[in-house]
Amino acid sequence: MNPTLQGMLQFLQTWWVELTCGVVIVAVVPLVAGYVVLVERKLMADMQARLGPMRVGPHGLLQPIADAVKLLIKEDIIPVESDKLIFWLAPCISMVAALTSMGAIAFGPTFQVARDINIGILFVLGVSSLGFLGIILGGWASNSHYSILGALRSTAQLVSYETAGGLAVISGLLLSGTLSIRGIVAAQENQHVWFIFLAPVAAFIYLVASIAETNRAPFDLPEAESELVAGYMTEYSGFRWALYFLGEYANMIVVGSIATTLFLGGWLRPFPNWKGSGLIRSDIVEVGWNLVPAAFIGLVGVYCIYRAGKQPAKVQTAFMWAVALACFAVAAVYAIPALLVVLNVGGLAGSLSATVLPGLNGAFWFLLKVSGYIYVFMWLRFTLPRYRFDQLMHLGWYILIPLAIVNVFAVGVAMLLEANGVNRWLSMILTIIVVLVSAIFLVRWHDQRTESASSASLAPDSYAG
Amino acid sequence: MLDSILFYFFAGIAVIGAALVVTSRNAIHSAVFLITTLLATAGIFLQLRAEFLFIAQIILYVGGIMVLFIFVIMLVRLDVPLHRLRFRMKSLVVIAVIAVLGAEAGAIIYLARKLPGQGLFIQNMAPPDKLAPNSEKLAESLFSGYLLPFEIASVLLLVAMVGAVVMAKNKKRTEEES
Repeated sequence: MNPTLQGMLQFLQTWWVELTCGVVIVAVVPLVAGYVVLVERKLMADMQARLGPMRVGPHGLLQPIADAVKLLIKEDIIPVESDKLIFWLAPCISMVAALTSMGAIAFGPTFQVARDINIGILFVLGVSSLGFLGIILGGWASNSHYSILGALRSTAQLVSYETAGGLAVISGLLLSGTLSIRGIVAAQENQHVWFIFLAPVAAFIYLVASIAETNRAPFDLPEAESELVAGYMTEYSGFRWALYFLGEYANMIVVGSIATTLFLGGWLRPFPNWKGSGLIRSDIVEVGWNLVPAAFIGLVGVYCIYRAGKQPAKVQTAFMWAVALACFAVAAVYAIPALLVVLNVGGLAGSLSATVLPGLNGAFWFLLKVSGYIYVFMWLRFTLPRYRFDQLMHLGWYILIPLAIVNVFAVGVAMLLEANGVNRWLSMILTIIVVLVSAIFLVRWHDQRTESASSASLAPDSYAG
Repeated sequence: MLDSILFYFFAGIAVIGAALVVTSRNAIHSAVFLITTLLATAGIFLQLRAEFLFIAQIILYVGGIMVLFIFVIMLVRLDVPLHRLRFRMKSLVVIAVIAVLGAEAGAIIYLARKLPGQGLFIQNMAPPDKLAPNSEKLAESLFSGYLLPFEIASVLLLVAMVGAVVMAKNKKRTEEES
């Protein structure tokens, strides 16, 4: 055989899992982002007592595809006075950074593009933060006042909140003692607890910081439409705009994955160490948990069939049936290996399902947790009004960053106490009390400061511009 | 084979990027090419199995310093194209720099030729497992062997930070007074 061909075959043989995962991520993330947008619109409509998108497909299920087609065939405008090279490059930077950082995330015990790198969580944080180079460059290249103001705001916001978010991540890393993503999840499995219960303050700070980092309401100042039209994206249209949009939603998935990995136990199912006791035998517990994903997806399918009868047109009924069948197919993919393992089928099928099952289950729980995290994002978006820019900066610098620093110290002290024989939960509760008390003091101090400042009627913050 | 392809890829990008940093007439373009160069250098670090250095380069230089660079360039708005800024004795400086760099490169090539196997380039590569938990190894040496220099460096940075804040505050006060 030709040596080049042989080399390529060998390369493929070594790397096929990684290559497949990478292609799957690049192919699936845009679709997922589209459907996240649909969920967001439906949820917003529900909270505002509307129906939301209903026209394209039943309950607007095909809306993302229609949107994508519309964006692709829209006229692509490059402003005359803009910097062409950077204008062209900026959206790509945003998108590529978000997708690259996904490479290191472990979506399950087996589904990961990069082989478990020792600096996994740093890689995800660092590379995803490169995305805002795209924002700032795009804002500059557009040569428009709205764009550049949006870009400046976004940079200031990201730099401030990245500090708070990074310190919150450090609290979690102290507990896990490793930077590798699998190591973090394994630490939570070995310590029999998700880190959100040990460091709830850190998890909360990370939640706030991650909302600010993904430029979402109530911190969506960079693209506040009432002030800045669309912020850094004002001059973008068509496919370039879509790239920014995808980058933003991919970034949401990335921060959701970081939070899931670090605070919500990654791909572990709830109660991973509880093997049953007394009458409840451990194998029954195992089987029950293995069948949960299939049951969950199957129930979605059943609900689709229930809704199918209520559709106004035959096409839509048929479409709902198709969705239900797809759900059942996925449920079968989950159920069959679980059942094969239960029935203890030997041979190829049995061993294959035994190897496939943990990965499938892990991916299910991981994606469920990430979806929950993104759902909280949406809740907050429709619940809270937008901050003013100086309020945003004050919240970041005067409250979140000091609180995160206090929290890092407190978690360290708690771990020291635990190492010296104090009960783990007692020490953790003590730290939480300390941090909360310092939070109260910080907020009161800040309120007094701003009150005295406003009574002196100083000019508003110069960053607010 | 793959290693050398990757090395020449990253090294080539770094060199081309560095050349473009100097030659481009737009300050923002220079910054973008500098980012490219820094990322390519990070790639070489990763290839040397120094993964902590790789990510520190990305987070600190690309994610931190370069963003501030771009921020400053955007705020200052260098409307004067940089190539119009001329200074005296330009050619003298250029000749001096070229002479020093050329001497350096010549010395490296000469020494490497002269001492094959133990020259400047060819060192025995440390086996990967020796370097394996890169960030842990680095932390160990920073916080045990080199604790004092590490603390001195951090105090130095703190002093610089406090100094910057004080200067900014002073400027604001004088503006208010006037």
